[in-house]
Amino acid sequence: MKATVHVFLKPGVLDVQGKAVESALHGLGWPKVAHVRVGRVIELDAPGDDAAAVESQVKAMCERLLANTVIEGYRVEVG
Amino acid sequence: MKAAVIVFPGSNCDRDCKTAIERSTGANVEMVWHGETELPGGLDLIVLPGGFSYGDYLRCGAMASLSPVMAEVCAAAERGVAVAGICNGFQILCEARLLPGALLRNASLQYVCKPVDLEIANGQTRFTAGFRGRREARMTVGHGEGNYFADEATLDRLEGEGQVVFRYRSNPNGSARSIAGIVNERGNVLGMMPHPDRAFEPELGSEDGALFFQSVLASA
Repeated sequence: MKATVHVFLKPGVLDVQGKAVESALHGLGWPKVAHVRVGRVIELDAPGDDAAAVESQVKAMCERLLANTVIEGYRVEVG
Repeated sequence: MKAAVIVFPGSNCDRDCKTAIERSTGANVEMVWHGETELPGGLDLIVLPGGFSYGDYLRCGAMASLSPVMAEVCAAAERGVAVAGICNGFQILCEARLLPGALLRNASLQYVCKPVDLEIANGQTRFTAGFRGRREARMTVGHGEGNYFADEATLDRLEGEGQVVFRYRSNPNGSARSIAGIVNERGNVLGMMPHPDRAFEPELGSEDGALFFQSVLASA
C-alpha cells in the first residue's frame, strides 16, 4: 500500500529555509506571501492492505527514522 | 591511553582526529570502520569525527546513527567510556539520542568556517579539566548545521546540571543560549561543533584542542 509522509519542523522551531524562500518570493513580486515552510515528502510502499495497520507501521518508521521528533512533526497519508 | 576514531562513509576529519590525538597525547589510535560490530578492547576514548556521513542524507547524522558500530558505541558509553562527537559527530550523537536536542540549519543559512572564541562553561568535566581553570579557548568551526536546539526545559536542565561545556563568545549559527558543546548527565559523552582536531599545534593558530584531548587522557 502506498504511503506518503510529510515532515516539517515543529511550530516554534525556526524554519530558516522557509524564511529565505518567503523573502525570495517577496522579492519576485509576491509581497504578501506569508508563513512559507519548507519540509520533506517521503513516499513508500508498505506491505499490507489494511490502511490502519499500514498507517501505524509508517508512524513507527517516522518515530524511528523518517522524522527527528525533537525538532520535526510528521503527517502520514495512506492509499 | 587507547582511542578509536569511527570512520563513516563521508567522514572527512577522521585522519585529523587521529593525528590530533596522537600528537597531543601519544595515545594509540585505531581507525574503526562504521560497519564493524566490535570495538577494540580497552578503549579510553571513542571519537565520532566531523564530515558529511552518508552525504547528510535525510538529516545530518541520521543514517550514521544507525550504523552497525553505533550499537557498540552506545554500549561503550553505557559502560562509562568517554565518547566525543565533533561537528558531524555531535549531530550523530544527537540522532542516536546519546545527547539531548538536535542541530538545525545555521540561522544565517550560511556555512560558517572560521576560528571562534569559546567560553569554557564547565571546566570540571573529563574533557575540560586539563584547561586548569582557564575560562576561554579558541578553536575552529566549519559547519552549515550547528544551530543547537532543545526545548526550554531541556536547556534549563543542561544549564542547571553543568552540562553546557562550551559556549560561543559570539554566536556564529543561532545556537540556543550560544551553546557550542554539551555533555550527557553522566559526563562521559560530549558533543561539540568546534574542532579541537583543528587546533592542536601553534601552526593551526591554537593549541587548545591538545588540552581537550589531554584532559581525556588524564582522566583515563
